[in-house]
Amino acid sequence: MDKAWKALTGLGHETAETVEIGPYRIVERFDVALASLAVRRGQDKGFQAAAKKLGVPLPGAARHEAGKVFSAFWTTPEMWLVEADFATHEDIVSALKPGFAETASITEQTDAWVRFDVSGAGLVALFERLTNLDLATLPDGFASRTVIEHLGVYLIRHSATLVTLYGPRSSAQGLLHALEVTVKSVL
Amino acid sequence: MIINHPILGPRDAQEFVYLGDANLINRPDGMTAGIEVFHDYLYNRDNPAGEHRELWYHEQGDRSWLVVTRNTVTHEILKVEMARDVAKAQGRSK
Repeated sequence: MDKAWKALTGLGHETAETVEIGPYRIVERFDVALASLAVRRGQDKGFQAAAKKLGVPLPGAARHEAGKVFSAFWTTPEMWLVEADFATHEDIVSALKPGFAETASITEQTDAWVRFDVSGAGLVALFERLTNLDLATLPDGFASRTVIEHLGVYLIRHSATLVTLYGPRSSAQGLLHALEVTVKSVL
Repeated sequence: MIINHPILGPRDAQEFVYLGDANLINRPDGMTAGIEVFHDYLYNRDNPAGEHRELWYHEQGDRSWLVVTRNTVTHEILKVEMARDVAKAQGRSK
């Protein structure tokens, strides 16, 4: 089986990377499946009911909400990105599609993004150099697209010491480099 | 410049892409309106020194189209609406 296909992480390795610099920890997450979920026109009622039944949270504008199996964050009116455990939901679309049926358009997004969980004390000092979102004034559970080093990135503030970033997977190395350089400039 | 997004609140203009005159929403029916009307739509723009309604795209945000009313002399932003609300108010289906 030495010629078997091997899945590579966003950074191009077989296992996810963790970088620790000073008090900061940048963890590449390779264990989350992603799908975009959009309401089809005029299907709002059925859509809401299906989401409730499946346990897919539908947070309001610029919010992230964790659920038991599925978590989700708002991306634009009537559209969310849904997260689930990769081990059990590698084919996340087939887990969602039967429930939502014709009320939603669902697209797998897992391999389009690279995810970094950035943790540590002093995230405000780090992110005020990286993005124009003011992390200090944002509430926990805030989620929004923003720009980091010219890359379109989703930023989720879970707490004062934990932020999740989803960046374009094809720029995974570039995004990590930006994080590393900025961390070093803060220290 | 800060644009006060109707849903997301004040956001830096860096996140937005400018398209142009908001009249682009009102595309005439090319099959029935006639060539003159369509030519006007395609090529002719007003260039007012003062209030101007324009389309902005929140590319590095929620990817929504906005209609921004801006004073081209002072750069003051007077009003920001979701483009789809503007289109709906005009009786459009999407």
